[in-house]
Amino acid sequence: MARPRSRRGGQTRDGWVLMLPVVVLLGLFLVAPVLMALWVSVSDWRGNGSPFGGDVGFVGLENYRQILAGGGLAERDFGTSLRNNLFYVVLVVPLQTVLALLLAVLVTRRSLRGRGFFRTAFYFPSVTSSVAITVLWLFLFSTSGVVNKILGWVGLNGPAWFQDPRGVLHLLLGAVGVDRAPAALGEHGFLGITWWDWVAGPSVAMSAFVLMAVFTTSGTFMLLFIAALNNIGDEIEEAGLIDGANAWQRFRHVTLPMLRPTLFTVLTLGLIGTWQVFDQIYTGTQGGPAKTTLTPAYLSFQSAFVNQRWGQGAAIAFVLFAIIVVLTLVQRWALSEDRGSRGERARAAAVRAGATARRQGGGVTGGAA
Amino acid sequence: MSAGTPTAPRARATGTYVTYAVLVLLAVVYVMPFLIQVATSFKTEADAAANPLSLVPTTATAEAYRTLFVDSPLPTWFANSVIVTLFVTTGRVLFCSMAGYALARVPFRGRALAFAVLVAIMAVPNVVLLIPKFLVINQLAIYDSYAGLIIPLLADASAVFIMKGFFESVPASVEEAARIDGAGTFRIFWSVVLPMARPAVMTVIILSFQASWNELNHFIVASQDPDLFNLTKGVAQLASGALSQGTQYPLKLAAALLMTLPVALVFFVFQKRIVNTTTGAVKE
Repeated sequence: MARPRSRRGGQTRDGWVLMLPVVVLLGLFLVAPVLMALWVSVSDWRGNGSPFGGDVGFVGLENYRQILAGGGLAERDFGTSLRNNLFYVVLVVPLQTVLALLLAVLVTRRSLRGRGFFRTAFYFPSVTSSVAITVLWLFLFSTSGVVNKILGWVGLNGPAWFQDPRGVLHLLLGAVGVDRAPAALGEHGFLGITWWDWVAGPSVAMSAFVLMAVFTTSGTFMLLFIAALNNIGDEIEEAGLIDGANAWQRFRHVTLPMLRPTLFTVLTLGLIGTWQVFDQIYTGTQGGPAKTTLTPAYLSFQSAFVNQRWGQGAAIAFVLFAIIVVLTLVQRWALSEDRGSRGERARAAAVRAGATARRQGGGVTGGAA
Repeated sequence: MSAGTPTAPRARATGTYVTYAVLVLLAVVYVMPFLIQVATSFKTEADAAANPLSLVPTTATAEAYRTLFVDSPLPTWFANSVIVTLFVTTGRVLFCSMAGYALARVPFRGRALAFAVLVAIMAVPNVVLLIPKFLVINQLAIYDSYAGLIIPLLADASAVFIMKGFFESVPASVEEAARIDGAGTFRIFWSVVLPMARPAVMTVIILSFQASWNELNHFIVASQDPDLFNLTKGVAQLASGALSQGTQYPLKLAAALLMTLPVALVFFVFQKRIVNTTTGAVKE
């Protein structure tokens, strides 16, 4: 009688001993840091000595107020960074998803010659570091660089990509004669910048980063789609074929619905990733020109490490965290809404939520942004 | 595709040509930038500016590489990247397989809780941790040291899940036989199950290698001593104009190329495994 019990106790000890390094490391470098930063975000610590020292004061939500309703430069910078990142997200997420799906569909054909070569070519940018790709991008998009040379072939005069702070939507509006803000947009605003500036679109400089993100991430997501397509298998495809559906109908009504869980994963990972643009900005433009590539992640870093406003930097990081969490939840809700009968829906959603939580995390900590 | 499908043969042939045309065009777009990078790294500055598209240098020169190896701190950066990557990869394989085994096979008290906490931890975005990590590293007095560069990267939740997934697929009978022979949990883990886990361990090695070699933001907040720069941090400084008069594109592209070579090498050696399986292949 005593034996199974002691063995169970032994296993509990063994289990925790095996878990110990990971638990200690994650506790020390993930859990504890977040709690410390939470304290810093409500304190007036300026980077000298310990944030827990006696001379560090509690300032409540002042740091948050500064960036969300301070009326000063801090609020304007935060508003600008949100605007910039929002356009980046809105462009990158759909583009990378559609391109990844297209690549996957093209390279999963059984009859295709050179499948391996194509997969390798499309995936290779994903394994190189964001720093190396940024250096390459700065060259390709330099004023007399490769991209502008190619644009020149078709008679286009390429811009000075990384120096041009003009928003592309403003440029388009300018082309049809709308150069200045209508009064309603120019006088009112949100987070310290006018509505007119909110709708400027990504700057020319930011657009170059958008293209870079699509170039480097489409290969990764292509692999996820390939795995899903392989799981679907040929039988269903053939059933659709016998029913006389053409290629597009088969894709639209048979394949696409079955890809839904993967689509969800890709969109979620895309959303999480694109709200964290940092490496490219640090390496490339440091937020310039005219702050049009400033992102919340970079602003958080800059506020803390460059300007020594640690409380403000931490507050920005937590607001960014909240944005990511909220958007992920919204997306989960929106995508699960119109699916399945009502009774089944809840159960299916629960299972899916569990599964995606795991996969999602794999992506988030799987490597640097 | 088998014969007798409703699609007419001619339409199918046209479709095939279109597919190949699209694929080749896309492949050119994906591959060209890297070919241009290699070519430009052997050009003179004037040549790089005048003929950015050309894949053949007008007068080939290895001057950029000479400068990088002789007159720049690049060798130090390279050495630091190697040191950090070796330790981080070894540590992750060991610690994450231990935890993965415990979660998969040891029915210990608190396992469900440990699992839930791990999942929650993984949801915290990397960038949010910039300031927090610096605070802890500073508080532990390992700022500006190899310990500060390496230790925080030793555990990785996604690697734990890859190992857990593998261990769950190992038949229980294997361990039972060892248990009857009197082996304890650690013995079974170390001598029986871990040697069987070669494919999963390879995956974790490849992913950890890539992740730690390409890591930037942890190194930004963990040190400021130039002797502790790794390649990503060094090349990022180079790109934003340290070392340089003028644009120096050949030099910068050569540096970026040198830092890409090791990951490219690993990628091409293991490409079958990487491109054909997707276990944990998600890279942000």
